[in-house]
Amino acid sequence: MPAHLSARLCSLALSLFLIAFALPAFAGPFEDAVAKFANDDFSDTEEAIGVVAGSGNKLAFPIISALQDGRLMADPDSKKVYVTGADGKSIDAATGEAVASVPDSASAVRLNNRLRRSVDAALGSLTLQSPDVGTRLQAAQSVFKSHEETALEAVDAALAKESNKSVKTALGEARAAILLFKSDATEVEKLEAVATLKARGDQDALALLTGMGDQPDSVTKAAASAISSIQSSLAVWSTVQNAWYGLSLGSVLLLAAIGLAITFGVMGVINMAHGEMVMLGAYTTFVVQEVIRTRYPGLFDYSLLIAVPLAFVVAGAIGVLIERSIIRFLYGRPLETLLATWGLSLVLQQAVRTMFGPTNREVGNPSWMSGAFELGQITITYNRLWILCFTLAVFAILLAMLRYTALGLEMRAVTQNRRMAASMGIATSRVDALTFGLGSGIAGIAGVALSQIDNVSPNLGQSYIIDSFMVVVFGGVGNLWGTLVGAFTLGIANKFLEPVAGAVLGKIAILVLIILFIQKRPRGLFALKGRAVEA
Amino acid sequence: MTPHMLTRSLDRGATIFLAIVAACGILIPLSNLLLPADSFLQVPTYLVALWGKYVCYAILALAIDLIWGYCGILSLGHGAFFALGGYAMGMYLMRQIGTRGVYGNPILPDFMVFLNWQKLPWYWYGFDMFWFAALMVLFVPGLLAFCFGWLAFRSRVTGVYLSIITQAMTYALLLAFFRNDFGFGGNNGLTDFKDILGFNVQAEGTRAALFALSCLALIVGFLICRAIVSSKLGKVLIAVRDAESRTRFLGYRVESYKLFVFTVSACMAGVAGALYVPQVGIINPSEFAPGNSIEAVIWVAVGGRGTLVGAALGAVVVNYAKTFFTSGVLAPYWLFMLGALFILVTLLLPKGIVGTFNAWWAQSKEKRAATSVSAAAEDGVTEPKMAE
Repeated sequence: MPAHLSARLCSLALSLFLIAFALPAFAGPFEDAVAKFANDDFSDTEEAIGVVAGSGNKLAFPIISALQDGRLMADPDSKKVYVTGADGKSIDAATGEAVASVPDSASAVRLNNRLRRSVDAALGSLTLQSPDVGTRLQAAQSVFKSHEETALEAVDAALAKESNKSVKTALGEARAAILLFKSDATEVEKLEAVATLKARGDQDALALLTGMGDQPDSVTKAAASAISSIQSSLAVWSTVQNAWYGLSLGSVLLLAAIGLAITFGVMGVINMAHGEMVMLGAYTTFVVQEVIRTRYPGLFDYSLLIAVPLAFVVAGAIGVLIERSIIRFLYGRPLETLLATWGLSLVLQQAVRTMFGPTNREVGNPSWMSGAFELGQITITYNRLWILCFTLAVFAILLAMLRYTALGLEMRAVTQNRRMAASMGIATSRVDALTFGLGSGIAGIAGVALSQIDNVSPNLGQSYIIDSFMVVVFGGVGNLWGTLVGAFTLGIANKFLEPVAGAVLGKIAILVLIILFIQKRPRGLFALKGRAVEA
Repeated sequence: MTPHMLTRSLDRGATIFLAIVAACGILIPLSNLLLPADSFLQVPTYLVALWGKYVCYAILALAIDLIWGYCGILSLGHGAFFALGGYAMGMYLMRQIGTRGVYGNPILPDFMVFLNWQKLPWYWYGFDMFWFAALMVLFVPGLLAFCFGWLAFRSRVTGVYLSIITQAMTYALLLAFFRNDFGFGGNNGLTDFKDILGFNVQAEGTRAALFALSCLALIVGFLICRAIVSSKLGKVLIAVRDAESRTRFLGYRVESYKLFVFTVSACMAGVAGALYVPQVGIINPSEFAPGNSIEAVIWVAVGGRGTLVGAALGAVVVNYAKTFFTSGVLAPYWLFMLGALFILVTLLLPKGIVGTFNAWWAQSKEKRAATSVSAAAEDGVTEPKMAE
């Protein structure tokens, strides 16, 4: 018996050995299948697609996708098959080794419509079982979009193996989309599919449900109710999204305007160079990041934390300097202040342009500010979220400072009655300088945050100055809460108008509305009352 | 305007100013056209166009001085009225191109053909006639100023609030005119003009005539302003500037006075824009930029607000300096200089060149009078009080 067995094994080994030498390629099911592409026969090609796709070989995906794009070259003489990449380099399809050039006798493997369908299905199933989660998710989503019946088998197979939750959901939705359009699916399957799509509840699901064609009555009914529920939830989500964009824009406006609320609102000084303080803050961030990049690359994630106090100091110091050298001579002459500070803004812009060049400078996002997350149907980016939190924090700190610190008390006293405050021993000119410095410093901090979402260029400030004045005037001068409400109202109104009227028209409409609003309430939403009004 | 009003409104400075403008308006075109090109005294055509631009700016400065210097209304949006007047003229010039455009469409301007528009929008009707365009040059800025002023002055928006909303107005117009579907050429504006009233806009003769016309417009504008400010109405305007509430309590309808002078000023700015466009050959939305309007205010501040002559002088001086500095090696420093000009003029020269000169002149005259006629003290020398 053993002798008999060994003899048979020997003969098997011999025959394998012989086959190996007789065939041009090393024999193996995968290599065999690849060689079949060279036969220029549709049924052989189909067989080859099936074997290659099921082989689990890492070359399977490149081969099939090359076949789909007409980049799979086969040489009928040597029975060798090559994959030419988009970059012009080629590899041997059977071994994966790079080859210098494809022989001239090779031509692209031909496909017909039936084969194209099996190529699509094979590609779908290949990517559906890719080891990478992102690729699987993408594949499931593309199946959902195409909802080809041929992919059903691959989806079911992938669904059985899948362990990742979000990919599983996506696969389930893809399956539902296929079943919905499959003519021979049962009514129960279709009802389930409708339920799955209803749970997905987005624009794509809505498109599938509205375009599904003739269905049994119960399915049509279920679909109708699903459509209306999706539509109402989509309306809610789009409102939520507009509200979020509005909050985000409002926070930017508030950040830019909050310093102005101090200088213009509390002191009554028209500072047209306010935008340039914002710009200086942004450039401070740029300098901090440059130093970190060249000297201490490890600290990059902390660059903004370092930049915030520095920007406050830089912009605040320049603010104090401006107040001492220019603005204090112009108290009581608001129109002249406006002109002088406009001139100052030109000088500051040109100075920055001379030092840093006229082009945009690159300011990076630290890792904790990049990326986004999904909340229901909307995407929220981390930098916008952080800016919103940061703005509210700055606002709260400023409010607390005005209320609870000695400087805040002195500021309010000087604002309310300068001469009385002076009689009480408050050094009013010192308070003026510090107040202006505070407003400018806050503008500098705003610059740090805005450098994360806007281009850092010498013109950065100019784009905010008109909006900032609008916010302060709309909210009411001399009232920080008014500025808060004003900023968020304008931000949200702008974003709700945008889908209706378009971005530019929306902005124009807002400007016109503010102009009309000021006619109605010349002192803003939250107007000061009494004698302070005429002062 | 009665002859009496005219004589009363002209003091020595104004007479000198008018004489200089009239002399320029006659001599520069004549020298350009009649003298041979190699003559020392011949003014080259490019300079005629450049100075024509300055004269248009001077008219705009006059318009601003009328409301700022005499009524205390600081408009940071006067560039908008200037640009609207310019667009009205530009539309006429566009229609005159006719079939000579790139696409050769007899009715539609090139940019509309490019945007695939089928017919002329209604607001372009009538602009093929000069009289209509000329009317619109006055009417459109005037109507905008009237509506805007009616809303603003009636609800007593004053001071910096008014300045800020006028700035918002010109900013909104800037955004609107940048849009292609607004129907005014979008970003590129209106350009490639061929002729005006049948004369080639590029020709020397046309340029010289436009220059002379601009000077004439400056003279007429100056006389109108002078007549307004020296009339009884002008006194009320100055009262509004100095004490608005008190004027109102005395029974004057402050808002009507303001509205009148604001509308007149906007019309003047529109005329300035209309004369400007054929001389520079283009009008585009950047004329609406808030920066332009503020720059125009600084011309007035440099020359001296509330002096009229000073406004025109300031416009010419600042723009001459701008041309001089931005064309040479000093170009990167021009913005520093302009910025410093804003700061220094407001800090050190609040009355401007003419205002300061007037004050100095009055002072020295007083001194001379005091030393020479100290004996005849009862002959009370009364000095004309200078406007701020």
